Amino acid sequence: MFRSTITIVLRPSILDVQGKAVELGIHTLGLKEVLNVRIGKSVTMTIDAPTEAEAKKITDEACKKLLANPVMEDYTFTVTKI
Amino acid sequence: MSSNLKFGIVVFPGSNCDHDAYHAVKHVMHQDADFLWHKETDLKGADVIILPGGFSYGDYLRTGAIARFSPIMNEVIRFARNGGTVIGICNGFQILCESGLLPGVLLRNQSLLFSCKYIRLTTANRATRFTSSIPESAVLNIPIAHGEGNYFAEPDVMKGLEDGGQVLFRYCDESGNITAESNPNGSINNIAGIMNAGGNVMGMMPHPERACERNLGSADGTMIFNSIIHSFVLQSA
Repeated sequence: MFRSTITIVLRPSILDVQGKAVELGIHTLGLKEVLNVRIGKSVTMTIDAPTEAEAKKITDEACKKLLANPVMEDYTFTVTKI
Repeated sequence: MSSNLKFGIVVFPGSNCDHDAYHAVKHVMHQDADFLWHKETDLKGADVIILPGGFSYGDYLRTGAIARFSPIMNEVIRFARNGGTVIGICNGFQILCESGLLPGVLLRNQSLLFSCKYIRLTTANRATRFTSSIPESAVLNIPIAHGEGNYFAEPDVMKGLEDGGQVLFRYCDESGNITAESNPNGSINNIAGIMNAGGNVMGMMPHPERACERNLGSADGTMIFNSIIHSFVLQSA
């Protein structure tokens, strides 16, 4: 069994209005040093696969076909044995 | 044409404009209409498919992302690929983009606000089955109700849409001027509605089905349904 941890973020070319709003909030806290806030999604899932390579392949397919929309999002993931 | 058109209105869990669409085509436009539950795999002989507005699957993950995997969508995609007429309104537009029947995506409104109000639309291409009955230079008054209506596509895709006459509607002011102020969500080029390259699949964020009776504020939406009905009359003539 493997655990996949996936991070999905808007592509850099797309204005992240949610991130901008949160950045304003952080600045209101007085933390003016904070820049470039981007909001994303985190997805974890357990994969019942015989090898790490297979678990990666399955994770990648789930990302490509459903979890991320390549027109607006990028994704990265890590796979660890559990 | 002697017989009515049959509209198939897909109902996903979370659709909430399905009855509005049914009312508009059945009781205002006097056509036949049937609901199609998302788990069905038969379009019941529909001539036109409507993917209505709402919040299919609670908008989980991304708007429209999970609805595209509903069993009925395989049939809708096949129907569209064979030239069948499909319209997606609001959430239906988002589902069409997610399913690959239309290019681009609908991003979060630039204001971050859910926007629910009447807006004005100008028709960018009147030579389509969705717009042919709209008078030249008409400014349509149709409501929007969405949080993710900010249309976006990569520059090469945008060029294809613009050059190919696939942009159907743009947000404008009361005089028909396409301005930044009249854009309610930050859509690229003020886009409110597009069609595919084949000219048989349309997606739009405004709700024509909510603007079919003067008593309810506007009847401008009937021009779009009339265009569709008229296109079938022409076909059978």
